[in-house]
Order: sequence, then C-alpha cells, then structure tokens
Amino acid sequence: MHIQLDLLVSALVAGILLGGFYAAVTVGVSISFGILDIVNIAHPAFIILGSYIAYTFNARFGLDPILVSILALPAFYALGALVYQVYYQSFEKRGQDALRGLAFFFGLLFITEVSLDLYFGVDYRYVEASYIGPTLHFGIINLPLRLLVPCVVSLALFAGLQLFLTKTFIGRAIMAVAQDQLALQLMAANPVRIKQIAFAISIATCSIAGACLIIIQPIEPSVGRDYIGRIFAICVLGGLGSLPGALIAAMLLGIIESLTSTFYGPSWAPAVAFGLLLLTLALRPAGLLGR
Amino acid sequence: MRSSVFFLIAVLVGAAVFFGARFVHNEYIFFAGFVILQFIVLATAWNILGGYTGYVNFGTAAFFALGAYSTVFIHKLYPLPIPVLILIGGVVSGIVGLGMGYLTLRLRGAFFSIATLALAVVLQTLIVNWTFVGGSRGAYIIRPATAPLIGNYIEYMFLIMLALAIVAITTARVIERSQLGYGFATIRDDEVAAEASGVPTLRLKLIATTISGALMGMAGAPFPYYIGYVEPTSTFGLAYAVNSIAMPMIGGTTSWIGPLIGAILLGTIQQVATVTISSAVNLLIVGLLLVAFVIIAPKGLIGLVQDFRRSRGG
Repeated sequence: MHIQLDLLVSALVAGILLGGFYAAVTVGVSISFGILDIVNIAHPAFIILGSYIAYTFNARFGLDPILVSILALPAFYALGALVYQVYYQSFEKRGQDALRGLAFFFGLLFITEVSLDLYFGVDYRYVEASYIGPTLHFGIINLPLRLLVPCVVSLALFAGLQLFLTKTFIGRAIMAVAQDQLALQLMAANPVRIKQIAFAISIATCSIAGACLIIIQPIEPSVGRDYIGRIFAICVLGGLGSLPGALIAAMLLGIIESLTSTFYGPSWAPAVAFGLLLLTLALRPAGLLGR
Repeated sequence: MRSSVFFLIAVLVGAAVFFGARFVHNEYIFFAGFVILQFIVLATAWNILGGYTGYVNFGTAAFFALGAYSTVFIHKLYPLPIPVLILIGGVVSGIVGLGMGYLTLRLRGAFFSIATLALAVVLQTLIVNWTFVGGSRGAYIIRPATAPLIGNYIEYMFLIMLALAIVAITTARVIERSQLGYGFATIRDDEVAAEASGVPTLRLKLIATTISGALMGMAGAPFPYYIGYVEPTSTFGLAYAVNSIAMPMIGGTTSWIGPLIGAILLGTIQQVATVTISSAVNLLIVGLLLVAFVIIAPKGLIGLVQDFRRSRGG
C-alpha cells in the first residue's frame, strides 16, 4: 500500500504543477475566445512557435528559454496585432461570418505547423537549462524543477494578467468591450483598438507558454494539436471569460490527466481533456464559474 | 433539371471518366484518380453541413477514419465485399455524427467546431489503445489479387469511389433543391430568425450532421484496401480536415458544384506537387490557398465567376 500512496502523492503533485502550466497555456484563449469571442484555434500553433524560438536561441547562444520568451514578447504582441488587423478587416467588419473566420484560423494553424515542419523537421527538440534535471525532495513529496519552474512562471503570468484586467483602465476596457461596445464608445474609447490590444496580449502569452512547454517536454510541430483540446476544455470548463475559473479548471485537468497517466498509462492522457470537454458541453455548457 | 436526369448525366460523365482513364493504359491514373475522387466525396460531404448550414466540422479525419477502421475491424473477423463495407462504414459514422450533433449542436456554432476537433483526438486515442485493429503500430490489409467483374483491383477500387462520388454529388444536389435545403439555408443565414419562424433547426442540423458524417465514413471504408496498411497517425491526419474545408471554400460553398471544382482543382495540384516537389510543400499550398480565398474571395471560384458575369452584363 505504501508504494501506492507514494504514486498517488507524486501523481497529485505533478498534476498540480502541470495544472499551473496549463493555466498559462489557456490564459490567452480565455482572453481571445472568452472575452473577445474570437475562436482562435490557431492559438496552440503560436505556442509551438514560441517553443521553437526558445529552442533556437537556446541552442545557438545558450540563452535561458524563459529569458528568451520575455525578450520575444514585443514580437509576439506585434504578430497578434497584425493577425487581429487581418481578421478585423476581412471578417468582423464585413459582418458576422463565423464560418470563414474559423476557416481562417484553421488555415493559420495548418500553415504554421507545416512551415515549422519544413524548417525544423519532425525530430523532437528540447532545451538545456540548469533547472532541467534536479528535483527537490520534501519527505515523500518530490518537486521536479523541470515542472516547478514553468508552474511558477505561469502563475506569475496569470496573476499579472488578472491584475491588469481588473485594475488598469485598458484592462477594464477590455472586460467592457465584451459586454457593451456602444457604452465603451461613449466613454471615448475605440472598441476596435481595445480589441486589438487584447488580442495582441493573448498572442503575446504564447511566447511564455511556449518556453514553458519546451522546458516540460520535448516538442515537434504537431504537438500543438494535443493542446487544442486541453485549452478549450479548460476554457469552457472554467466558464468563458473567467480567469479564476480557468485556473481552477486547469488544476483540475492537470490532476486528472496526471492520475490517468500514472494509473492507466500515458497513451490515455490525451483523451482525458477531450472527454472532459465533451462532458462539459453536454452537461454544463456555462462552465464552473460561468457568467 | 430533374434529379433523375441529373443522376443519369452524372453516371454518363462517370462512365466517360472511367473509360477515358482506361484508355491511357497507365495504372498510376487510377491510383491518383482514386485519391481525387475520395476528396470529391469528402468535400461534398463536408459542404452538406458546412456550406449549407454554416456549421464548421474540423473532424473530417475522425469520420473518415471511423469508416476505415470499421473496415479493418470487419476484415479481421470476416472479409466482406467492399460495397457492403461502405454501407457499414456509413452507418457507423452516421451514428457517431448524430450522437455528437445531439451533444453539441444546441450550443453556439463555435462549440460544435471545437467538439469535432475533440472527437478526432478521442477516437485516435481509442484506436491507438485498441490492439485488435493494430493499435499505434497499424494493421496490414492484404487485398485480393483480382476483383469481381473487372479483374484489375485498382480499377475496381476506382470504379467504386467513382460511384460513391456520383452518389454524394447527387445527394448534395437533391438536398439543395428540396425543402430540406431551404431549411438548411435559413439556419445558415439567421438561425434565431429561422427558429422563431418555426423551422425545426435542431432536427435539421442533426439530419445534416448525420448525412455528412455518413458520407465521410463511406469515403473512408475502402481506404484500407487501397493503401494496404492503416495506422492512426496518417489516417487521422490533419490533411483530410484541411482539404475537406479548403476544397469547398475555394470552389464555393453554396452549391454542389463548388466542392466538386475545388476537389478536382486542389486534388490535381496536390497529386502533381506530391510527385514533383514534396508532400509537405503541397500541404503548405493548401493552407495558403485556404487563407487567401477566405480573405480575398469569400464566395470562392463560383462567386468570382458570378461577379465577373454580373460586371460584364451590367
């Protein structure tokens, strides 16, 4: 029984650490899908792009992946602003055409994946850093730094964004744009501009999430697809547009996935997120903390 | 034109295609032609839901693979003739389509789309863990040396897929001109208004999902006999999903002829690009064309032709 307990505890701890990381992966979609109502299914592709940038600078210059991702933030912000500009001009402005908007993001996902495939090949890539390898021990609790560091970074990102959205003027304007564009206009703020900022921020988070991802696991271009399900499962389960809800859902998913792969085998883990997503959609579409 | 006349013409065109292909005396024509015909079926099937009702299905690969794996499963038990397998594949995929539609179609369109992506991964995980149908290692299907009626097996496969394409296109055209088709169009244009006017939107959407899913499964059922080796990664490949969306989008989504044109065009480009450049590059071409068309020509090639005619006429 002791071995079982050991397994259980380490699975739980790994799940919580993984959940923290999932929160960072999801926070961008919580903004773009949850608040702005833009179904950006290409989000995971941008995360993988972040991973490859971290990998490239790590392999060439030996830079720390987290540091690279912070330096790359402006570039990702600009990329997000550009994508939103194209999206707005081609789809939002012409009226609600959800079908083509979805196809557009699907195309972006596909182009990014195939381009990375052509440039880097399908070999798994990984980064090197001092905190990949060692593990902290507290009694029967093991904290692998490889999971702990991304978790801490992710939670910091998450907390920062939550503060930004609730305390600053632009943050509150972003929350407002989802509810009443006209009212926002009357407050002398340009809703399109606000949306562009929000979308650009959501893509900027991909840089940090990508670096965390490649610290946790080696990646290849199609890994992103596994994350589509996780991201949207967390986002929907947490309740659209609710950041605290997303955090709870991320932890929940991390723990369930970790328990599943410990006790049933890792090949079943990908189905957990999607199963959870389908269940949520069928039983409680509003999510845990839905508005 | 009456539907029976249309069907007859489609059969005649099909016969011309078959004998034309035979005339070339090159087996490669049949191998390449099979893939293009398969895409015609998939694109037409996708369009019945996506183009007519406006609900985007990202899970083409899942329905296709369901058909393919039904065949693998039955082949392991007792080999049946391909037309029977197609029917079984269609029934299995149709039921899954119906079930998933029932779970998610009451919600906004975006949720349905995300759920179809989810379905693909759930099914892939099930297949990877199911050793009876080969698991992640895949399964070999040894196809018979000779086929009934014609003798040559690849010609037989080609003929079957040709028949399926004719059935799919005729189905799409019949739906388009029936009350069902008008119902679908009301959902696409304004679902709330349609619901308020008494259109049974949920039932119509379920019908569309079932027909669309069943046709995709039927396209997948002969696949194991064509390829000879089935494994999850390529059978669930994103290429099927992106192609079956790109083809109708490029051709035009409001009519049966759009997916047909798109599939022939993109299918041929890809066959040529795979041979002359590389298979990764041809996928990149498809992705770029898809994005370019949804931005620049939202009504596809049909829309471009219509605009051109109108501007010349007016």
